[in-house]
Amino acid sequence: MVDLKTTLSGIVLDNPVIPASGTFGFGEEFAPLYDLNILGSISIKGTTLEPRFGNPTPRIAECTAGLINSVGLQNPGVEKVVGEELPRLARHYHKPVIANISGFSVEEYAACAARMDQAKEVGIIEVNVSCPNVHGGGISFGTDPASAAAVTRAVKAVTKKPVYIKLTPNVTDIVSIAQACADAGADGLSLINTLLGMRIDLKRRKPVIANKMGGFSGPAIFPVALRMVYQVYEAVDIPIIGMGGVSTADDVIEMMLAGASAVQVGAANLVDPWACRDIIADLPERAEHYGIRSLSEIIGGAHEK
Amino acid sequence: MKQGIFTIQENLQIAPDMYEMALTGDVSEITRPGQFVNIALDGFYLRRPLSVHDVDSGAGILRVIYKTVGRGTDAMSRMGPGETLDVLTGLGNGFDIAKAGETNLVIGGGAGTPPMYWTAKALRDAGKRVTAVLGFNTAAEVILQQKFAAANIPTVITTADGSAGIKGFVTAALSELPAPDYTFSCGPEPMLRAVYDATACPGQFSFEERMGCGFGACMGCSCKTKYGSKRICKDGPVLEKEEILW
Repeated sequence: MVDLKTTLSGIVLDNPVIPASGTFGFGEEFAPLYDLNILGSISIKGTTLEPRFGNPTPRIAECTAGLINSVGLQNPGVEKVVGEELPRLARHYHKPVIANISGFSVEEYAACAARMDQAKEVGIIEVNVSCPNVHGGGISFGTDPASAAAVTRAVKAVTKKPVYIKLTPNVTDIVSIAQACADAGADGLSLINTLLGMRIDLKRRKPVIANKMGGFSGPAIFPVALRMVYQVYEAVDIPIIGMGGVSTADDVIEMMLAGASAVQVGAANLVDPWACRDIIADLPERAEHYGIRSLSEIIGGAHEK
Repeated sequence: MKQGIFTIQENLQIAPDMYEMALTGDVSEITRPGQFVNIALDGFYLRRPLSVHDVDSGAGILRVIYKTVGRGTDAMSRMGPGETLDVLTGLGNGFDIAKAGETNLVIGGGAGTPPMYWTAKALRDAGKRVTAVLGFNTAAEVILQQKFAAANIPTVITTADGSAGIKGFVTAALSELPAPDYTFSCGPEPMLRAVYDATACPGQFSFEERMGCGFGACMGCSCKTKYGSKRICKDGPVLEKEEILW
């Protein structure tokens, strides 16, 4: 039997597979499809202090091996998430969840994190400093080491729960941002968020997406994500949740070899609602195929000793 | 929602850029007219959401009518009998026939006409009086006229250029027909808006939006309504007239 268990800041996951924020809502559309308790954890829909409708539509553009989204952090606000969505999810899912939060000022991040700190369902707080969709929003924090560190310190100051900073790939040097977050006390890192992308409608000669640009995700970005996880793993000593185009059990293993302690699955959930279930089901056989007895033993295994 | 492998029985061109595909498979989740299915195509990342034109539950036959608007639907139009497609079924709320009045208008525009065939038949079968108004740009694009006639549903055709039926948009027909108790509509948004403005009675309107997942997970197709934000794919595509915000 292959041991699928892995650990994030002392929290033991039955397996490393976690649906990524923004592709799984609060689990409500997936609960009727399969037993959510097979999942390692769930990263819930990105939450802000106040409710948000998000961006105008169209918000979606198809790409080769992926899609661009410009949802713009639509969510009911942290009060409703903690008061209604998390208890509702807890009826289906009995393990700690990952609370993904965003903000438009350091104070907002801290206030949102402080509220999430009170939610018993939350195991880890994942701080999105990278969403490329919101004008003047999250992007400024994740592209500057000092700003990313400031958000990290502000969130750490209001919670005892492990804090993971979710990094944007839309930077010249992700390693310096990762190091700044680690130095500021981050318990872990999630990477990568979506790549800023764009499509143009050839008939209308206008951008497909109302906001012109959006976040590109899907299998097309997997090599970029893998490379960044590999680079950051060399530079920091805190755990990494790897994500970006992960769609198969082999992708999970590859991401862990690059240095990920756990792996999030995003876009794949949108085209195959049973993607996470099937990846988890495939993992033991694929691991055995590569001579792996314990997934946690292969974390960072592709690096030179 | 169910995922199923469907086998193409036929895939025929019925008008310029319009095709009708019949597929066999598990149609048990398709329960209401106005629902849609989401079809995966080889080489394309996102599925193609297509409204259900008609369903034969006994024989397990699903019919969709689609317009070739891009490379995905172009590829679909070249598929033939015996080929298979991965289809998510049972998506969207569909029309609530129980809310129909004594006299009903079923109104479709262009590529929005296919789901109105099953809708009209369901109303007829529920013992309601139903008249169809189908609008197109030009005579060559008129579809479904014979099918509606064969189903004994009185049908008024309009064309924007006057080459068939009444000249003008569907609203040109509305002004010539007795005012109905209720309307069911599907078509481009300007048509929906025109019907909304031209009718005093309640009704249901089926909307279209670019979708990511089609089952309510991604928030790609949200719209604002009187009762807060709704997802066109999951809480729609059908909205009640009184909740619509333009």
